[in-house]
Amino acid sequence: MKFSLVIHASPFSAQTSSTAYRYAKCLLDEGHQIFRIFYYGDGVLVANQQITPPQDESNLLTAWQALAEEHALDLVVCIAAAVKRGILDENEAKRYEKPNANLASGFELSGLGQLAEAIAVSDRVVTFGS
Amino acid sequence: MTLHVINKTPSNLPLYHRMLNGLSAGDGILLIEDAVYAGLSAHQALFEGLPIDIKLGALEADIQARGLTHRLSPTFTLVNDKAFVQLSCEHDKVVSWY
Repeated sequence: MKFSLVIHASPFSAQTSSTAYRYAKCLLDEGHQIFRIFYYGDGVLVANQQITPPQDESNLLTAWQALAEEHALDLVVCIAAAVKRGILDENEAKRYEKPNANLASGFELSGLGQLAEAIAVSDRVVTFGS
Repeated sequence: MTLHVINKTPSNLPLYHRMLNGLSAGDGILLIEDAVYAGLSAHQALFEGLPIDIKLGALEADIQARGLTHRLSPTFTLVNDKAFVQLSCEHDKVVSWY
């Protein structure tokens, strides 16, 4: 089946972001397809390439990146939610005259149209709320 | 048929009531994260009076992480990650309550 996931939860204050990762991994292990993962609200915080957790804690950012690379996943970050929280790609950094971009590689900033499309074409959409 | 996935402790009663009031025949409820506490016997009054064909489950990893393996009410089935995926496919849609 074709799945899309919507992740609202912050990677730092709730367990949900990890649950979403485990679920995504299991979907792929079971042979399902993930059309898109859409990060929204505080969920976008996981796409900050500067995230540096203590060595004895898991790193959700690198986990998502590895999973995305292995399975060519489409990781889309809501642009309005991201820019507001200081997560910028090269374009946005230039537009707002900020010294650097910090969107992690493997993620892409885009709009709600991408979420609407994912809902329209996927067999199942699963939300991981805060 | 909808799979209802809830992740908050039963102290968030209004959330449980909103979910339970919206159930239809054949729906399933899956407790995940802190919601697995609602699977303890002490909280079973919450689920009284549901239609009998509502399937109740709790996510195994979250039950184990909280040391509740032997405390889950027998009305709930342990659901591992693979079964969570399977339930998502068996129901027409998955609604998250949070």
